Amino acid sequence: MADKSSANAYWAANVRIILISLAIWFACSFGLGILLRPALKGIMIGGADLGFWMAQNGSIYVFIILIFAYAKMMGKVDRDHGVEE
Amino acid sequence: MDQFTLNLIVVGITFAIYIGIAIWARAGSTSEFYAAGQGVPPVMNGMATGADWMSAASFISMAGIIALAPVGGYTQSAFLMGWTGGYVLLAMLLAPYLRKFGKFTVPEFIGDRFYSKTARLVAVLCLIVISVTYVIGQMRGVGVTFSRFLEVTTDTGLYIGAAVVFAYAVLGGMKGITYTQVAQYIVLIIAYTIPAIFISLSLTGNFLPQLGLIGSYAPQGGEISMLAKLDQVVTELGFTAYTADTTNMFNMFLFTMALMIGTAGLPHVIIRFFTVPKVADARSSAGWALVFIALLYTVAPAVGAMARLNLSTTFWPGAVDGSAFSKPALSVAEIESNPKLSWINTWKATKLLEFEDKNGDGLIQYFNEPKAVTEANKALAEAQKALAEAAADADKTALEAAVTAATEARDKVLAETMLGGKSMAELGLTANEVTKVDNDIMVLANPEIAALPGWVVALVAAGGLAAALSTAAGLLLAISSAVSHDLIKGAINPNISEKGELLAARISMAFAIALATWLGLNPPGFAAQVVALAFGLAAATIFPVLMMGIFSKRVNTAGAVTGMLAGLVFTSVYIFLYLGWFFIPGTNVYPNTPDQHFFGISPLSIGTIGAVVNFIVAYVVSMVTKAPPQHVVDLVESIRVPKGAGQAVAH
Repeated sequence: MADKSSANAYWAANVRIILISLAIWFACSFGLGILLRPALKGIMIGGADLGFWMAQNGSIYVFIILIFAYAKMMGKVDRDHGVEE
Repeated sequence: MDQFTLNLIVVGITFAIYIGIAIWARAGSTSEFYAAGQGVPPVMNGMATGADWMSAASFISMAGIIALAPVGGYTQSAFLMGWTGGYVLLAMLLAPYLRKFGKFTVPEFIGDRFYSKTARLVAVLCLIVISVTYVIGQMRGVGVTFSRFLEVTTDTGLYIGAAVVFAYAVLGGMKGITYTQVAQYIVLIIAYTIPAIFISLSLTGNFLPQLGLIGSYAPQGGEISMLAKLDQVVTELGFTAYTADTTNMFNMFLFTMALMIGTAGLPHVIIRFFTVPKVADARSSAGWALVFIALLYTVAPAVGAMARLNLSTTFWPGAVDGSAFSKPALSVAEIESNPKLSWINTWKATKLLEFEDKNGDGLIQYFNEPKAVTEANKALAEAQKALAEAAADADKTALEAAVTAATEARDKVLAETMLGGKSMAELGLTANEVTKVDNDIMVLANPEIAALPGWVVALVAAGGLAAALSTAAGLLLAISSAVSHDLIKGAINPNISEKGELLAARISMAFAIALATWLGLNPPGFAAQVVALAFGLAAATIFPVLMMGIFSKRVNTAGAVTGMLAGLVFTSVYIFLYLGWFFIPGTNVYPNTPDQHFFGISPLSIGTIGAVVNFIVAYVVSMVTKAPPQHVVDLVESIRVPKGAGQAVAH
């Protein structure tokens, strides 16, 4: 760790990425899968309405993408701040 | 070769593999015993985490829990999102920093971060309650699976399972468990997927069950979607539509959240991320874990929906290409004579499926019996019983009149109760004759329903055992490391040598297996309810305290301890109010029915509110007490950056 301000900048970058990721996490599962399902009944994914599909399959795919995207972005942030292993 | 021999061979081969791996991966140091020497590659650790996480309940029961729920399949999606979404929280909020911390147990982090032995011991207590609760169900699952497929008693099955776990867990510790779990994952995912592919092909023409779920229904030439067909059939039979909206959105929201943060707070899942070499690996390993979990979790709703549709069209052949009531129900003669339906009697023998021809018409009629019909039938049965039991010389006029009145009342109800647009009297229905459809049958009977060869049935047996054994081993490791590392080394004898601690770890593992076996043999009657407690506690105690320990430099000992205790007391009291104090039957203050729940929040969902209580109490108490000392602030700053993880282990 170079100095305190660099450490703070690294942590701020991490927290920002987490907040964006968790916003997507929430919007897909709790948003589309639960809260907005009744409103979005007209949108169909094959034989299922969007909310049903998000709740039973779609959210899980989004979760996987989110974790790998987070791992990749943090890998870059680690290198940019010189804190990678 | 008969099915029994085949089952024996397949299960025998898988067990031989597990033991072989255990001998190859013996643990030589405490680091290998607790954290597999922190040398497990992330993909492999993800696979092991998948096996660790997916229990007998996920493998055998989950499809049925979703498919057969009276509230409809959609509301039960909470399980699917809840048991996967927690990995996002783990990957971003906990796993990388705890890996950087570089020690072996969850209580150890809590003890160091909150510079307090009390905090560490409270964490040990929570961990043991959570893990022991879980392990009872797993040991039970091992026994039940054995008894179903290998024709031994549940107790014998439990002893065999315990002996196998003993062999590889005591010998190999985390290292042996991890590599065994990789093998177990492969067995269980193959066993789950093969029948699912065949059932999806036959019902929807789609090779992938995930596409089958949203595909069209093949027997009707694809003019209707599989889900619309399922909705049509089950509503015709008087059940709630499969895709019906939830009746309590607020509770579904809280339940999903409780399962997510509960998952992220389960100690046996968290310690999996201590085994990877680097901080970056902890992040990607969570992603791999979810990939491997998703292979089963995205298939499960398809299996559930299709098996439910299959079951309904089996009992109502008319439903295949039209209305359920367009043809008569399945006849008893057909069940006896058609070899394709022999599975019905096989599973009747195990009592997972029960039926009786109540009205003696030779047909088995399956539908959701309205309450009024149940009551009218019951009144009639009671009147008939009174007449039959009357003394031979007694005057029976009044009793006979009562039977006639009850019969008339019942017939009136049947004439007034509508199913699929016709009255029950017109349809010739008097009562639901399929009296039990167990959740587990949706997965266990699939290979036979799809008429798959015997080795697939044997593989499902091996898969069920793999799922139960791998989870049991992971839990037992979490318990034994808490005892040997946090209690013995951390509190009782800090000067214990490396060799001594390794021996202590093995002895506590053996003791934990003995305890789990005993609890499996004598399960407390409340085994099913305590799962709510395990998730609620993990959500309300461990997750918040870990998260605050990483994301706040200000939360101190007093805040952490009062926060954990507040979450613990709040959550368990709410659960006890509905399920009885310490689960003692009859001591509940309110009946456990939705209309009695505060704001409609069920005891299963309360962990979310418990977590909020924990966060608020910990924050407020920390703010009015002294800030943590400098060395703790330094610790927090050090775990936030990946650099230097390799050297962090101070042992």
